[in-house]
Amino acid sequence: MDALTRRKFLLASGVVGGGAIVAGAAGLGIAELLDTAAKAPKEETAKTGKLVIVTLYGGNDGLNTVIPYGDQRYYAARPELAYQPEKVLRLDGALGLNPMMPGLKRLWDEKRLAIALGVGYPKPDRSHFRSMDIWQSASPSGPVETGWVGRWLDGTNAAPEAAVSFESVLPPLLAGETRTGACVSTGGLRLPDGLTTDMLAQLGRSQPEESPAQARAAAAYADLIKVDQLVKHAEQTASTPGLEDVMELPATGTGGSSTLAAELSLIAKCIEVGVPTQVYSVSLGGFDTHAEERAGHERLLRQLDQALSGFATRMARTEAGQRVMVVVYSEFGRRVRANASDGTDHGTAGPVFVLGPSVAGGFYGEQPSLSDLDDGDLKATMDFRDIFGTALAAVLDAEPARYLHGYEAEILPLIPPS
Amino acid sequence: MGAWARERTRSPTLIDMADDVALLLRRAGYGPISTELAAARAAGYEATVASLTAPTGPDVGASSTPIPSLGPDPFSMLPKNATTAQRAVAADKRWRQTQTLTQWWLDRLTMADHQAREKFVFFWHGHWATSVRKVIRPKLMLRQHRTLRSTFDFSAMAHRMVRDPALIYWLDGQLNTRSAPNENLGRELMELFMLGIGTYTERDVKEAGRALTGWRLDYDAATSFLHPASADRGRKTILGTTRDFDTDGLVDFLLTQEACPRFLASRLWFRYASATEPIPEATRERMVAAFPDTMAMLRVLLVDEAFLATGGKLVKQPVEWLVGAMRQLGLRPGSLPPDTLLLVIDGLERLGQLPFAPPSVGGWPAGTAWLTAGAAQVRLGLANRFAKQAVTDRLTPESLANLLAVDTWTNRTYAAMKGVSDTPTLLVLGLASPEYLVT
Repeated sequence: MDALTRRKFLLASGVVGGGAIVAGAAGLGIAELLDTAAKAPKEETAKTGKLVIVTLYGGNDGLNTVIPYGDQRYYAARPELAYQPEKVLRLDGALGLNPMMPGLKRLWDEKRLAIALGVGYPKPDRSHFRSMDIWQSASPSGPVETGWVGRWLDGTNAAPEAAVSFESVLPPLLAGETRTGACVSTGGLRLPDGLTTDMLAQLGRSQPEESPAQARAAAAYADLIKVDQLVKHAEQTASTPGLEDVMELPATGTGGSSTLAAELSLIAKCIEVGVPTQVYSVSLGGFDTHAEERAGHERLLRQLDQALSGFATRMARTEAGQRVMVVVYSEFGRRVRANASDGTDHGTAGPVFVLGPSVAGGFYGEQPSLSDLDDGDLKATMDFRDIFGTALAAVLDAEPARYLHGYEAEILPLIPPS
Repeated sequence: MGAWARERTRSPTLIDMADDVALLLRRAGYGPISTELAAARAAGYEATVASLTAPTGPDVGASSTPIPSLGPDPFSMLPKNATTAQRAVAADKRWRQTQTLTQWWLDRLTMADHQAREKFVFFWHGHWATSVRKVIRPKLMLRQHRTLRSTFDFSAMAHRMVRDPALIYWLDGQLNTRSAPNENLGRELMELFMLGIGTYTERDVKEAGRALTGWRLDYDAATSFLHPASADRGRKTILGTTRDFDTDGLVDFLLTQEACPRFLASRLWFRYASATEPIPEATRERMVAAFPDTMAMLRVLLVDEAFLATGGKLVKQPVEWLVGAMRQLGLRPGSLPPDTLLLVIDGLERLGQLPFAPPSVGGWPAGTAWLTAGAAQVRLGLANRFAKQAVTDRLTPESLANLLAVDTWTNRTYAAMKGVSDTPTLLVLGLASPEYLVT
């Protein structure tokens, strides 16, 4: 990820000018973010498109996510890891979802889940960093220092809150030349024994005459409490008919909401109250399943399924949620054949999920063949820039080629004209 | 007598002195421990600067934490046709080697008596920022670490670093040949390591890249060597000078540039004084005069009045916060229960500062970038773990300030501590307080 994050970190390290921009944006708290809603005209923000980008770090095993259960070669290539046809949540006669994903299956049945098949880029790179670089910069030809959302921020002279990340470190995706997205970190509040919210609220008060840095250190605690309240509030409002079904899906065993679910709740809240942010970036890590894949991968998919389906259901209920599109991708899929440690190594193309109230569900593109492989790997049948290009055009009302280094994206009919 | 004392308009009272000495120790080292602070106060500011930057006597703490030897790279032991399972085992061994290295360094940072020296090594790690995530081979990271320890003379350091195998690999130097030049290392050498941005042109970058061609790596031996046929021996024009520059010729030439010491002075200021205010020109000039001895440059900075004026404005980096807390609480990474140690390393990663894994060649972030709500949550968890491990006397807010070398608590922090009687909770509040996070 070096080349791409470079610009951002150079800025943050003060090596080059513009440190103030980054410090200001990076220091944006959830409270300030929500305050932006008050200043924005409600009718406007409800109508603008919102894009939620979910990055699965580590390389998600696409073949065990959207499963070619009708193909015997799938069973031959990974006998220990393959899902039997009767377990798979069938989407059509050939493909089905991983059994851990009933929420997405429901969205599929409601025609609100689109699955783009065999997504990749020319000359696949198997390095996590390089491949993630390529996806986030949308530049397969060589490293560039900006992300495609960052370039959109540059090009539209966007406000600091136009793109927001809930990851702990700002992703390269949101790094532009002159602007970066804002980093709003949150994981919900977990207090050590003995410490009360009141004590933390005290620590969160700023003091006269203290330096801006020290005031920011205090504000982080105030933010932490506000975020927690928002999440709790979001969870309470979530307990209405429709979402209960989702909540009653197979229990997680360990209990507690995943960070991703909490972050998506927060995004839902932001959208509902009219925050003018147009791009949100969240992530889920741990997909680098080289060994003992089954249990870990299932846990992640279950977490993903619950978070995404809960979010989609909630968005469908509000006016502001109607133009929300969620895109879920990973830097690469895994190899077709399992390795000797009941895992899979770095591969190439994989499925991309696109969902939202106005998304036209169904399959897009073609499932790569299991007999026509490139050195044991799937051959990509769709360029990922077609999906991001469609998002730019259909959600952000932007000209795709301008932000994709001149790439002329094929616009997919993901959002039918209303 | 240093400039800070010469130019002070009022005679310092004992309290002023004490606060300055505490600031000095917080910035130059980790912590400090209250006994170190008491000794420094007794010795005085200038004598403390002298003993920090030119320590005498053996470093007992460092001797008790010797640099680990990792042994060969696990992949070098594999047969050519190794199975996936064998490769997985080797990858796991590499992961363990990285853990060993990271744990050791945290232990060393905590235990070293010559604190300013140890912290300076960490500064240089951030300067020549190289990450094991791309380099992959912990053995190469260890080799680079030894090199960074070997000298604080910038001339010697620069010559050693351009041939450092980890740095070469990190910036694709082994792919930089006469027939296929790669400008990655050349660019960073000028922009991030030696001159600073804006002091050269794109053409200079390309030409510097040509001067750096021909290096290859022996991964098993953890060495680099020049492959003459791949080296570009032609004439290059760099910053207006045309010569048959080779790698050492380029480094020597860059060392003579005015921008080089000026850039280093600003980087030292950025990490030790202020990440938001620019370095005053007079301070910079005094530091430049001490080049290429970078420890001497640091010494000049620490006795500069402009340094003392930055009190209360510098955000502690996560490693600074963590190591300082462990020292003051009498803990050491090497003696923590394994699960706590894993939590510490995971915590540092989540805070964004895992040693040997900087986010990019630009080094660590700085300032308020460390102060997100997410980071606050991680810190609370770590502070809680430390507070449970620590064995301390019963504390009051005042004795806690003494333990943590905080000058004074603000009213808000006093209010948070009001009525708290159990020591662990008090410790967590102290370690999490804004006064402790910003120094």
